Amino acid sequence: MVATTVAATDDTLIKRPNAFRRLMRRKGAIVGLVVIILFVLIALLAPLLAPYDPTKTNFLLVRKPPSAAHWLGTDEIGRDLLSRMIYGARASLQAGVISVMIAIAFGVPLGLMSGYAKGWVDSLMMRIVDALLACPFLILAIAMAAFLGPSLTNAMIAIGLTQTPIFIRLVRGQVLAVTVEDYVEAARALGNPHLRIAVRHVLPNIVAPVLVQATLAIATATLAEAALSFLGLGQQPPEPSWGSMLNVARQFISQAPWMAWWPGLAIATIVLAFNLLGDGLRDALDPKES
Amino acid sequence: MKRVVLPLLALGLMAGAASAQTLRIGLAEDPDILDPTLARTFVGRIVFMGLCDKLLDIDKDLKLVPQLATEWSWSPDQTAVTFKLRQGVSFHDGEKMDAEAVRYSLDRHLNLQGSFRRSEINVVKSIDVVDPQTIKVSMGAPFAPLLAQFTDRAGMIVSPKAAKDAGANFGAKPICSGPYKFVERVQQDRIVLEKFKEHYNAQAYAFERVTYLPIVDGTVRLANLRSGQLDMIERLQASDVAEVKKDSRVRFASQTGLGYTGITINVANGERAKSNVLAKDKRIRQALELSIDREAINQVVFQGEFLAGNQWVPPTNPWYVKTVPSPKRDVAKAKDLLKAAGVANPSFTLMVPTGNEAQQVSQVIQAMVKEAGFDMKIQQVEFATSLQTAQKGDFDAYLIGWSGRVDPDGNITAFEACDGGQNDGKFCDQGVEAALKDTRSTSNFEQRATAYEKIAKIHADQMPRVYLYHPTWFWAMNPKVTGFQPVPDGMIRLAGMKMN
Amino acid sequence: MLTYIVRRLLISVPTIVFVSIVVFGLQLLLPGDPALALAGEERDPQVIAELRRMYHLDEPIWRQYLIWVGNVLNGNLGESIRLKMPVGELVAAKLPVTMQLASMAILIAICIGIPMGIISAVKKETLLDYGANVVALSGISVPSFWLGIMMILLFSVNLGWLPASGFVKPSESLSQNLQTMIMPAIVLSSVTTAIFMRHTRSAMLAVLRSDYVRTARAKGLREPRVVFRHALRNAIIPVVTLGAIQLGELMSGAVLTEQIFTIPGFGKLIVDAVFNRDYAVVQGVVLCTATGFIFLNLCADLIYFLVNPRMRG
Repeated sequence: MVATTVAATDDTLIKRPNAFRRLMRRKGAIVGLVVIILFVLIALLAPLLAPYDPTKTNFLLVRKPPSAAHWLGTDEIGRDLLSRMIYGARASLQAGVISVMIAIAFGVPLGLMSGYAKGWVDSLMMRIVDALLACPFLILAIAMAAFLGPSLTNAMIAIGLTQTPIFIRLVRGQVLAVTVEDYVEAARALGNPHLRIAVRHVLPNIVAPVLVQATLAIATATLAEAALSFLGLGQQPPEPSWGSMLNVARQFISQAPWMAWWPGLAIATIVLAFNLLGDGLRDALDPKES
Repeated sequence: MKRVVLPLLALGLMAGAASAQTLRIGLAEDPDILDPTLARTFVGRIVFMGLCDKLLDIDKDLKLVPQLATEWSWSPDQTAVTFKLRQGVSFHDGEKMDAEAVRYSLDRHLNLQGSFRRSEINVVKSIDVVDPQTIKVSMGAPFAPLLAQFTDRAGMIVSPKAAKDAGANFGAKPICSGPYKFVERVQQDRIVLEKFKEHYNAQAYAFERVTYLPIVDGTVRLANLRSGQLDMIERLQASDVAEVKKDSRVRFASQTGLGYTGITINVANGERAKSNVLAKDKRIRQALELSIDREAINQVVFQGEFLAGNQWVPPTNPWYVKTVPSPKRDVAKAKDLLKAAGVANPSFTLMVPTGNEAQQVSQVIQAMVKEAGFDMKIQQVEFATSLQTAQKGDFDAYLIGWSGRVDPDGNITAFEACDGGQNDGKFCDQGVEAALKDTRSTSNFEQRATAYEKIAKIHADQMPRVYLYHPTWFWAMNPKVTGFQPVPDGMIRLAGMKMN
Repeated sequence: MLTYIVRRLLISVPTIVFVSIVVFGLQLLLPGDPALALAGEERDPQVIAELRRMYHLDEPIWRQYLIWVGNVLNGNLGESIRLKMPVGELVAAKLPVTMQLASMAILIAICIGIPMGIISAVKKETLLDYGANVVALSGISVPSFWLGIMMILLFSVNLGWLPASGFVKPSESLSQNLQTMIMPAIVLSSVTTAIFMRHTRSAMLAVLRSDYVRTARAKGLREPRVVFRHALRNAIIPVVTLGAIQLGELMSGAVLTEQIFTIPGFGKLIVDAVFNRDYAVVQGVVLCTATGFIFLNLCADLIYFLVNPRMRG
């Protein structure tokens, strides 16, 4: 949604085998990667790390500021915020990553097909994509999530599907740019089969922009989950997600600001980490950077 | 919280001082159409308080007081009411307010396409102009709650000439006889009213102009009051009350309302009722009630500012049945009841409209009933969807509020009469049915109260709906604003209010 | 050239037809009944049936679609079931407000994002570059409603510098109008600023590496001249195309911002309409934003086409 022309400026990216090594030379990317791994570990090890049951209420400890017993304080019905943050990482990471994976799974093949087939298939696909991209993202996501029924899984599907057109368009544009390159035309002139050209010459060139777009999409998806939670279409209570925690916290922003700090900070941090990684990836995959 | 006033802001403040005779009220929603016949929203009623006079009004004790009608009397068989109208009242367009105008307006409420008033006064069979100042409203059978309906939109009288000219577009420029007349409206931004100098009680209204500004977010609404953009706000959030009470820059007012929030149980609506464990046995429903600590919900979610209660009217209401008080929470007894019913761990889903407070209430209930052995799941559904789902009967239990009516009939009949329009759980009990009929057929307080006692007793046994609490209305205003009188209907009556 | 423009315009027609189908499909997707949602507490079956008839809600969906399309082609976007106002009038009243907000946001984004991108590219891999990157990334990463609420708390409640909300028309008082619009514009621009910065940076980097910049340097031109006269000129073109698309994005991005600051624009109109199942408004507004978006995209494509002749093949 945000970067339909992300890769338009460097449209001759070629993947190099030593890209990973070059990625590892970038401080920003490493920081991002470490943060992501850390958050993933937290999410995986939640039952071991969380000091309390994230849904255990204590009506005598409602909205208490951070203390020795509750490091991040307690929420509106006396649950431990640290435990909820730890468990909430699961929902938010899932919402961000899985929905973007869904978008890629549908978007990349359709984009390849559209860009490579050209003709009426391409025209039809692009008109549909244009139409979907032209409609406000959140409205489509709300409608789809409401249709599928309220649950975290359905919210991820809804977000993923509404993000698909971005990837279709991105990949298709990339394919068009690459297929006019000399080496692809040469490969075609030599009589290579279409599928082979698509996989050998075209696919590698779209990895970088797709990765970069994915990092941006994860940001959008994480925030979209927060918005859907607000409408009751995301994570169902009492299970936590950062988005739903932040939405509840809004109501207590002046009495219990810590309730808004942690989820706001966590969302910002994880999205930042994905962006740092994405940046590093783009640079590392750029052949002119060596 | 220190304030730094920048030159830019000082300019703004001076502009504010020049129009000091404007009262700016922050509303929690944008009102819908400003036509008393077609309107539906609570905030719309707040605006109508300035715009349109009614036949009758209520005071803070819910007693009927005169407004456009100065006197009223029941016919001996209680099937008709005769109103004497106030002399010399005119509409904002200069037309005379007389019996013919009243007849026209009531007729419009009853017959205009899409009227939301029809169901409130559909017992009315004929409206007769006796003389220019007298009108007689007849019903087929006795119906005591009728007078209370005339204290709200169904009693609002519009200018027949303006209404005829505008047709269904009347709401774009409503013409009534209230103390303020309509100036302009910017959708989702503001509604501006200006003082109607020819109003019969004009001296009671101090402000030259009243502006209503919808600001949905409670935090932002309060911030606007504190920063001086507003003079008064309605529906302060319960979570802000403690802080506002301490704040010397803000004056606070509150009043227990007429409404309630409760859990409607699907006892007999559709297929879902057959699988609903709560529909199986009244003991399971009784156990559900006993496992809930109503006062704890009030304390945790509403800082103790609401009123816990077990009936359709709050315990402070004259119609509350004192012989059927809220039972104390008793988890042991709840477990016994479940054992007796043969289900130690009943599992059901509570449908909850989205929104922070409803979500908190449902999670508190979830934690409470778990201790008695209930496995309660929460299903959040957006309000618009939940209404449809409830009507179709696709729910086990439904957390739903009702804004409340002046007459207790408006809080129960539609919900617990067998063919009640809002009886989503399809509860039907012949004892309740008969008693409801009794409450409507007389205007005698004692007779009606006795019938309500019968209903309360059956209700406590059958438990088709677990009433939980009664919301309190909270207002906050600039300390300079004085003379505001809280009334249980949550309205803002502008008479007597001024800015010092 | 002309044939390209004509072709491109013709292509937009099926897109708009698809938009209209998507927009109407929303009605099928969204659960809940508009008449029931409208009635809310006052559920009188007779009134609900009347409303359904009045707004053709009892007709099969394809007939509703044809009725709607027919009306739209006659310039009638229908009537809001909740506000009882023509949708066209609502759109005309709200569009300037959102346009102002989006324009202010894009102006802020250009004034901050592009210089930041240039500096960051020229001073590549210095502290300045890292700093600019972190600021930009934070702009993308911080949830906008969180930022909005925090700004209200700080600037309106604690400091009392700016009003928390309350829209004033520029025709009434320009200074008050700017006071109420500045915070929402900043919040709305945070993502766009970051995007501008990132794109300017990467476009500048690509150009700075190119042969003719190297040639310019080799000729002994001073660095500022190389950067501004040679590099920026070429780098700015893709950024400008992006600007057209971003303006479209901002129009729909205003949804949340307008909600927080209660600005009576498009975003607020549509969110309220979705909650109230006011289909005519949802459809009308989405159709208008989508058409606007398609138009802006068209402009972007045309610029891009002019710049990159290879795409013409």
